[in-house]
Amino acid sequence: MTEPTVNTPLPAVYVYEKPIRLWHGLNALLILTLILTGYFIAAPLASVGGEASEHFLMGYIRFGHFAAGYLLAIGLLFRLYWAYAGNGYAKEIFQPPLLSKVFWQGVGHEILWYAFLAKEPRKYAGHNPLALLAMHFAFVWGSLFMVITGFALYGEGTGQGSWQYSLFSSWVLPLFGGSQSVHSWHHLVMWLIVCFVLIHIYVAVREDKVSRQSLLSTMVTGWRTFKDDKPLDDVH
Amino acid sequence: MNETFYDVMRRQGITRRSFLKFCSLTAASLGLAPAFAPKIAHAMETKPRIPVLWLHGLECTCCSESFIRSGHPLAKDVILSMLSLDYDDTIMAAAGHNAEAIIDEIVEKYKGNYILAVEGNPPLAEDGMYCIIGGRPFVEQLKYAAESCKAIISWGSCASWGCVQAAKPNPTQATPVHKVPGLADKPIIKVPGCPPIAEVMTAVVAYLLTFDKLPTLDRQGRPQMFYSQRIHDKCYRRPHFDAGQFVEHWDDEAARQGHCLYKMGCKGPTTYNACSTVRWNEGLSFPIQSGHGCIGCSEDGFWDKGSFYERLTDINQFGIEANADTVGGTAAAVVGVGIAAHAGLTALNRAKQPGAER
Repeated sequence: MTEPTVNTPLPAVYVYEKPIRLWHGLNALLILTLILTGYFIAAPLASVGGEASEHFLMGYIRFGHFAAGYLLAIGLLFRLYWAYAGNGYAKEIFQPPLLSKVFWQGVGHEILWYAFLAKEPRKYAGHNPLALLAMHFAFVWGSLFMVITGFALYGEGTGQGSWQYSLFSSWVLPLFGGSQSVHSWHHLVMWLIVCFVLIHIYVAVREDKVSRQSLLSTMVTGWRTFKDDKPLDDVH
Repeated sequence: MNETFYDVMRRQGITRRSFLKFCSLTAASLGLAPAFAPKIAHAMETKPRIPVLWLHGLECTCCSESFIRSGHPLAKDVILSMLSLDYDDTIMAAAGHNAEAIIDEIVEKYKGNYILAVEGNPPLAEDGMYCIIGGRPFVEQLKYAAESCKAIISWGSCASWGCVQAAKPNPTQATPVHKVPGLADKPIIKVPGCPPIAEVMTAVVAYLLTFDKLPTLDRQGRPQMFYSQRIHDKCYRRPHFDAGQFVEHWDDEAARQGHCLYKMGCKGPTTYNACSTVRWNEGLSFPIQSGHGCIGCSEDGFWDKGSFYERLTDINQFGIEANADTVGGTAAAVVGVGIAAHAGLTALNRAKQPGAER
């Protein structure tokens, strides 16, 4: 890191490239769709009246869930590819430096900051260490878990011989000890993702207000701007 | 060396016409093309009858009860005569030492050439003392008979998964057949269900005996022809599920109309069995048709997955009964309250700092 010029904020850094920003927005929409439709699959809406042939409510809800699930999975594949094709920041959430001492000190400081015990947060162009942990373990692994169990449940409907069944259901169902357990786990991790989303949004808004770098505008433009001239704490 | 199946059937007074009908029926129930009926007939005319040892461990005999009520009388007569049930302690005539001697006799005479059907499972705790047959632990009898058999059929959920006697905390350590340590390495066909459907049982036996090979099994060892689809996939109430028409109470109009039992905890969507196609009692009905949801009796550990009337499994690790919604909803609420409190504190903190820079 070069020493910044005095009294002017650090120059902005281009962190999130356009494909990442588009993926982020689409992904947010998909997750919202999946949570809502998924919840209504598990606990259906009030029954509709009349003849069964007049309605296809559960069918449409399930279609929405499956379509969004497919898009989420394709999006994740793209995101994985972009970790390879994109800039250094695109790799961050897939490989947190878990063996680095500095990283864990950063996590510690971040916890102190959120516990109101540290006066000032550290400054990062990419994710802060605590955010990285949440991104990696709750989001990346959480989404992968949902995609795998999701396809396993979907494969039950498409049936033996379908690629969904062969690739997913055939080993996931016995692993969890049956379809019902897979349903329950898929449902439970949905709640983990709900918690993640709540914290993710709150923290993004809060950090945008009180930390030393931009958050919300970065989500839209990709440029990280800084509020002071002190050096960055992450190295890329 | 022995009579063929056909000889036995003729001796039992079954006409050739009935015999051929049975062959067509078996081909149909196994999902085979019509061309297979003569093949089955040929096999049964030429192959010697294979004896079946039918052992009983910890069980309730519902599998036997189901089996002897095999829906189609023709199929029942034929199968029962073609199965030489040389040993089945529920329905055999012999008793005491004579009965036990039959096992030794079959094991010696038909080494490697008999089918071992197991109903129930062995408890392993206290060296198997919780199930004694003829003065010896059942697990020893099972291992002895398995040693020289051709293949093992695990009848019902007990032999396949463990069922109620293996439900938590499983004090007798009841263990499904395929998990018994030291059991000879033989092919195992699981025919789960509590009990399994009679026609499924007879068809599996017919397949084994006529084709002299195992039916195609899925990854969990169940015959694919009967356990490859869920109750839900072929349920006649499925249109009500897709439409979003559910029974909400046992006595509501939807229940009278025969709407979907999903909200009443029906396990049809998570249960692999043939009830919704083969049905029970000569195809008369099955649980959902009679107005009660499926309880998932052919699934692994169905006793330990919470209420029969709830969709979500209970998560017992939390001490009190809770399911994914209680746990997850509580977590989300805690997070929500936490966020609100944290936001409040943040605002307060900033207000206290005079001239805090933006």
